[in-house]
This record gives sequence, structure tokens and C-alpha cells, in this order.
Amino acid sequence: MAVDAEAQFHVLAVDDSLLDRKLIERLLKTSSFQVTTVDSGSKALEVLGLKEDQTSTPALSPEHNEIEVNLVITDYCMPGMTGYDLLKKIKESSSLKDIPVVIMSSENVPSRINRCLEEGAEEFFLKPVQLSDMRRLRPHILKGKHKEQQLHQEENSNTNHIIISSSNNNNMSNKRKAMDEEVLSERTRLRFSSSSLNVI
Amino acid sequence: MESSSLQRQLANLKKSLFDQGNLDEQFYQLEELQDDASPNFVEEVVTLFFRDSSRLVANIEQAIEKCPRDYGSLDALVHQLKDSASSIGAAKMMKDCTVFREYCEKRNSEGCLRSFQKVKKEHSTLRLKLENYFQLLRQVGPAEKATRSGK
Repeated sequence: MAVDAEAQFHVLAVDDSLLDRKLIERLLKTSSFQVTTVDSGSKALEVLGLKEDQTSTPALSPEHNEIEVNLVITDYCMPGMTGYDLLKKIKESSSLKDIPVVIMSSENVPSRINRCLEEGAEEFFLKPVQLSDMRRLRPHILKGKHKEQQLHQEENSNTNHIIISSSNNNNMSNKRKAMDEEVLSERTRLRFSSSSLNVI
Repeated sequence: MESSSLQRQLANLKKSLFDQGNLDEQFYQLEELQDDASPNFVEEVVTLFFRDSSRLVANIEQAIEKCPRDYGSLDALVHQLKDSASSIGAAKMMKDCTVFREYCEKRNSEGCLRSFQKVKKEHSTLRLKLENYFQLLRQVGPAEKATRSGK
């Protein structure tokens, strides 16, 4: 199933401030995303179909009571479950770990930023979030979908063609490696090149 | 027709908000997000801001008068106020909050009291100016909405 570049993606936005929720919702909608906003990490997990103490979603069909979420964008500083805690829960969940997560914060704290990136966050946005920041979301969603596709393709080629020429195999894994390296350098580049981030 | 004089007032008020440093470019971001789907977005956001900020100012007042003063809690409240202000581009409020936080960190009582007076003053000024701004906007009519003419 090819990914339609024009497809409307669904973003789950998490922030305890009503003002900030209103802002992020508008930013996302203006950038053609479908949006669901929640005011806490625990509500976010509910939407994602995960109870706080679970590590994997129950075996229900997607139509049941979950909605497909393509990206989670969350505030860092929230009472109860912080954005970092939410990030961890998502990355620890077998069913949710591939959903890209972006963290927002009003404070530029390099150790905080690094901590989040190390835990698997795709990006860190400094508040107030700008329209131009929204453009950085789609690549993360598409990259995730591309990986999914490649994974399926690899699985299919492994089961259907027992005798695989080694060069063919290498090409697939090289592609993924190149993509991973690209991702890594992109992440580093974005971390340091964002005009609003000053890494001291 | 009065509309051109109203338009002039509107433009002048907007210019003053920026020239005096009450607002910064973040406010333009809000205007960019306003459209037919969300025609009153800016005013809605500003209203939400003043709802938040009034509550925070009241809480800060309580925290400042508390004996003994808990500078940690006080700082946390001022931090929230500053974050709120940054969402609408209330530049002067942000600056005043930054100074306030510095005094909190140093546990400087005099400094905190002075800063708080400044923050309260800017809060009222900003509110007044923005109330006038939106009133004028309504009077001038939808054709004049969301322009960057005052830049």
C-alpha cells in the first residue's frame, strides 16, 4: 500500500494549558493535519489505546475504540505524567513505539533536550511553536511509514524467495542503514540548526 | 463616514502596541492563523490569555503576601505567567517576568515587590490596549481584519 503524500495525517497534541492547546490545534489544522487534543499524558495513552499500566494494546481491531495516530506532539512540563514520561511509555510499548513523538517546551535546557532525543523523541520544539515548525512534522510521519513499508517488503522477500542473492539483501539493508544515518545526522542537524535553539 | 478615522485609530493603536514593546512578532503569528475557518482566533486566544494571567496574578499576589514567603512557589507561578505571555507575544510582560524570576531566585524581597508592581501595571496596560484594539476592529468591520498594515 503506497503512502499517499497528500494523505491527511492525524496528530495527537498533549498540553495541560488550554491556551497552548488552542494554539497547537490551530497550527496543526492550518497545516492540514487532523487533530485530537488532550490535556494530560494519561488521556493521551487512553486515546492511543493503552492503559497506564499496560505495555501493549489489547488485541482489538483498530476500528474498535482507537483511532490511528500518526504523530504525538506533547508539552514537556505537565503535572502528573510529564511529556518525558509519556514519551517513555510510548517507546516502551510494542504497539506504539514506532509512532513519532515531538516534545515542546518553553525552556531551552540542553540536558532536557538531549534526554528526550535519547529516549526516542524525533524533535524538540521551543515554545511558542511556529507555523514553520509544522513543516518538520510530515517527514517524521512519512519516514515512519516508509520504514513500515520496507519492513513488510523485506519480510515478503524473505519468505517468498529462499535463495536470495547476497547483493540484493545488502542493498536493502544498506538502504535502511543509509536512511538511519540520514535520520541521525538530520536529527543532529535539526537540534543545532533550529534558529530558536541555542545549545550552549 | 467615520470609518477612515476609525481605521487610522486602529492602525495607530496597533503601531503603538509594537513600538512600545507591549507586543512582538508572535502576535503576527496569531494573525496568520486566523482565517475564515477561525475568524476570531486572535481575540479568542487573547481572551484565554487574560483568563489565565488574571488568575496567575491573583495567585502571585497571595504568594507574595504569604509569611513566610515561599520563593520556590512564587517563582513557579511567575514562570507560568511568562510562558502564557510568550504564547501571545506579550513581550514586555515576558521581560518583566524574567526580572521578577531573577529576584525570586535571589530571594530578594524588595526586588520581588517592585517587579510585581511592574508586572501588574503592564498587565492592566496591555489588557486595556487590547480591549480597545478589538473593539476598534469590530467597529471597523471584517474587511479590515488581520492585516499587517500597522507593522
